[in-house]
Amino acid sequence: MSDFVFFLEICLAGLGSGALLALTALAFVLIYKATRVINLAVGEILMMGGYFFFTVAAGMSLSAWIAIPVAVAGGMAIGAVVERGVIRPMLGEDPISVFMVTVGLGSVLVGIVELVWGTDPRTLPDFMGTAPVFIGEAYVSRKIAISFAIAAVVIALFLTLFRFWRGGVALRATATDQAAAYSCGINVPGVFSLAWIISCGTAAGAGVLLGSIGGISPTMGAFGLSALVVVIVGGLDSVAGALIAGLFIGLLEALTGTYLGGEYKLVFTFGLLIMMLMIRPYGLFGTKEIERL
Amino acid sequence: MRIATANETYRADEALLQTNVQWAWIGVLVVAMVAAPFMLNNYWLYLACLVAINVASATGLNILTGYTGLVSLGQGAFMAVGAYTVAWLETHIGTPFILNLVAAGGTAALVGILVGLPSLRVKGLYLAIATIGASIILQFIFLNWDGVTGGSRGMNVAPASIFGVQLTTYFQLYWVLTPIAALMVLGAANLFRTRVGRAFIAIRDRDISAEVLGIPLLRYKLLSFAISSFYAGIAGGLWAYFFRSVGPESFTIGESIFYLAAVIVGGMGSILGAIIGATFMTLVPEVLRFGVEAISPYVDNAGTLLSPVRTVVFGALIILFLVFEPQGLAEIVQRIRRFFHLWPFRN
Repeated sequence: MSDFVFFLEICLAGLGSGALLALTALAFVLIYKATRVINLAVGEILMMGGYFFFTVAAGMSLSAWIAIPVAVAGGMAIGAVVERGVIRPMLGEDPISVFMVTVGLGSVLVGIVELVWGTDPRTLPDFMGTAPVFIGEAYVSRKIAISFAIAAVVIALFLTLFRFWRGGVALRATATDQAAAYSCGINVPGVFSLAWIISCGTAAGAGVLLGSIGGISPTMGAFGLSALVVVIVGGLDSVAGALIAGLFIGLLEALTGTYLGGEYKLVFTFGLLIMMLMIRPYGLFGTKEIERL
Repeated sequence: MRIATANETYRADEALLQTNVQWAWIGVLVVAMVAAPFMLNNYWLYLACLVAINVASATGLNILTGYTGLVSLGQGAFMAVGAYTVAWLETHIGTPFILNLVAAGGTAALVGILVGLPSLRVKGLYLAIATIGASIILQFIFLNWDGVTGGSRGMNVAPASIFGVQLTTYFQLYWVLTPIAALMVLGAANLFRTRVGRAFIAIRDRDISAEVLGIPLLRYKLLSFAISSFYAGIAGGLWAYFFRSVGPESFTIGESIFYLAAVIVGGMGSILGAIIGATFMTLVPEVLRFGVEAISPYVDNAGTLLSPVRTVVFGALIILFLVFEPQGLAEIVQRIRRFFHLWPFRN
């Protein structure tokens, strides 16, 4: 019986980190849907969110209720500056070049963090409490449970916005057909900015949650790589794919990490990635692209 | 485009070096490279050796990414395969230096073909991501295959010996590393005058068209992976002899990004580009070191600034080149060449 409860606890923890993966993957999907850019710097923007929160909450010892909006706004500001400054001039260039620009951006952000905050890992001030949560008999860390809840609410909010809000509809229209969206009077460059701003804000928020669970360090951007696997498995342009694949990979990482050992986590996720690329390169729910001469 | 360069024979048209000026520059370069070890101090010789290794590896990546259009972030992992092969052969079998290098290239080429397999389904960004995945899996193998790779401790490599001389000083290594790198660059330059190299270029320009023209895509893509990782393997082997130890921390994803950045900054699809790019990216961190040393009397703990500043500059170089000079440093060289070609008249 206790074996089963243990298994259940691992699964719940996996789903918790899976929700964070899904949230980060959403940041990838948003940008890819709107602009066809794979932003590899999402992991680093997530890290910046964690550090912004750290500065406000620990450095200025303000309440978390101020620090969280500041962190999200900081992420949004980075998104806006990056989109306007380096991504917009690259419009129409080879996707690989834009991808490499985001790789360079990641390096710049890591360097800035090391310059400003140093290389030592830090812990974020606790704002969620530590009393454990029990679901049935299974124990769940309070932070993971709260993160899961927040991630779920944010994702639900996004789905609603995409469905009903004018900006969300504009975004979906742009994703479907840029030229048609233009001719319907949609401000396509505006949509690009919007997608970057929302996506980077989301990533920064995910960074606060991730940092409060595992602490922050200049290397935490590596989380973005796991999220990258999620979007490839789920499909680069599919929100539903990001959710399902996020939860699935969170679960997979938790189970392999517990039963085989922590070093197997990455091997399994990236093994899955390569298998997926061989079998279904456009992902579980992605749109298949047909190339013609 | 340069004008006023009419050739009368096909031989002249296909020549590697077309003008006397180019021959003169090559002469200057050779003289400089021969004279360098007698003029430079030990630190600069160390850098010169490092540049030679990086040029070899960047040239290999340029074959794959610049000429065949397959973006790879696995160059570091292929180099690691070569380095581990050399370390293992040197420790367990003790085969001669040149044989070890060829074996390193061969093993890396085999791994390269394996990693290249996804290229039969995916290309572009997806392939780049697949190579990230492959290098993370290779990293795991290096770390956990204790019996062969020495696990997290890594392995030490005995100094290379050639004609009974042990290569221990940078002066001695320079005389071996530089000719090998030059030979590899020459090989790459000549590759694109052959059928195979032309096929690579056709695949880069439009792979479906290339297939219609009768180029078997899968075979040539895998061949490109094999040649590129052969180069990486040899560069990795040289790296192992140069640093005399290899461990799982030696070649990370960051290393792969470095080589891709070198090719981008230098100029994709240009032999000269990979050379300039690798040299430039190797020397910029050293220039920054001088910068930091210069400000150290005025700023506290200036030494701790070095590593983050390097990271920022590295990323900024990638961004700036892609935004403002996508053809890389090689294009700047071409522009200067064009300017002086008919100087003082405008062309």
